[in-house]
Amino acid sequence: MKLRDIVEVLKLDVRTGSSDRLDVEVTGGYASDLMSDVIAGAEEGNLWVTLQTHQNTVAVGVMKSLCGIILVNGREPEKETIQKAEVQGIPLLISTMPTFELVGRLFELGIGKKGKPA
Amino acid sequence: MGGSEHGTPLAITKAKQPGFVSIDLHIHTCLSPCATLDMTPRKIVAEASRKGIEIIAVTDHNTTENALAVIKAAREFDLHVIPGIEVTTSEEVHIIGLFEEMSQAREMQAIVYKNLQEGMNDEDLFGMQVVANEHDEVEKMNKRLLIGATLLPVHEVVDAIHGLDGLAIAAHIDRERFSIIGQLGFIPNDLKLDAVEISRRLPLDQARSRFREYERFAFISASDAHDLEEIGKGATCLQMAGTHIKDLKQAFEELVVSSS
Repeated sequence: MKLRDIVEVLKLDVRTGSSDRLDVEVTGGYASDLMSDVIAGAEEGNLWVTLQTHQNTVAVGVMKSLCGIILVNGREPEKETIQKAEVQGIPLLISTMPTFELVGRLFELGIGKKGKPA
Repeated sequence: MGGSEHGTPLAITKAKQPGFVSIDLHIHTCLSPCATLDMTPRKIVAEASRKGIEIIAVTDHNTTENALAVIKAAREFDLHVIPGIEVTTSEEVHIIGLFEEMSQAREMQAIVYKNLQEGMNDEDLFGMQVVANEHDEVEKMNKRLLIGATLLPVHEVVDAIHGLDGLAIAAHIDRERFSIIGQLGFIPNDLKLDAVEISRRLPLDQARSRFREYERFAFISASDAHDLEEIGKGATCLQMAGTHIKDLKQAFEELVVSSS
């Protein structure tokens, strides 16, 4: 499934993210609020679900070649975070859902189901 | 950013009282990826000295490799430098360790390096990690992922610091990110901290009332300086008999008694 489709189905607010970056295939998902855990566990092309709004999220997302970052609970990213995400070209998305619900919805869409391309 | 800055004028005037010293226990150098490149040993000591700070601690993220250079650079100044470290625990809590001797700081660094998460620093993403000497010359670049976390839980970090006769301080407890309260919700009852640090953004008296349940700890403020201009902002004034770690420990204990 493409990131663009997820944005539409789950009504995500696109804060940064060019058209071509939304056209990528999402390889899976990762939900965590510890940066070190994301560095250790997330895989290339994953969509990251977090409540962290700090600019470090962008650096970690780029470092791990993630396809995008979704902030939960309608959390507003810090100004520096948006600027960094724009420079790095990584999609920064906002969901009004809490983590549990959002991850459940993503899983229903087939994101993160092993061996089953969405 | 905006907002008012607190601490500096008060700290410096108070320091003029006999027996009080102005002390900034949380300063990064150019070795911390997030610090500016002009946070070099000589520039740091010159700036601290110019601002009337009498004791500083060098507390880079997960490393002590620039501490000795700052100690050496300070020899020309009336400034005492404590070798220290700001450890990122497995919960991503920042704990400051302060040591009497460079050898103890190095032992702490060895423990941290052994448990630091694997990976190489990406200079474009996180910043450069410059190991400098006391003449402000570049010795080398540290390649470790200093921005990362260790595998050590907060209790183990505090125990390791105490095992090396150091002092353990929970950094910037008023902040959401990387603070013990932000990451763990509250300070565990059995955690043997020597002090809690309040960021310079919050005046100490406000902090004491906001965190009244932690009156068992000494409250100090520090700059957490990442650039030269920030050095000394929020410096604490303490009554100290000397500049040793034991004197600092005693000053912390007296702070708890006097404020309770």
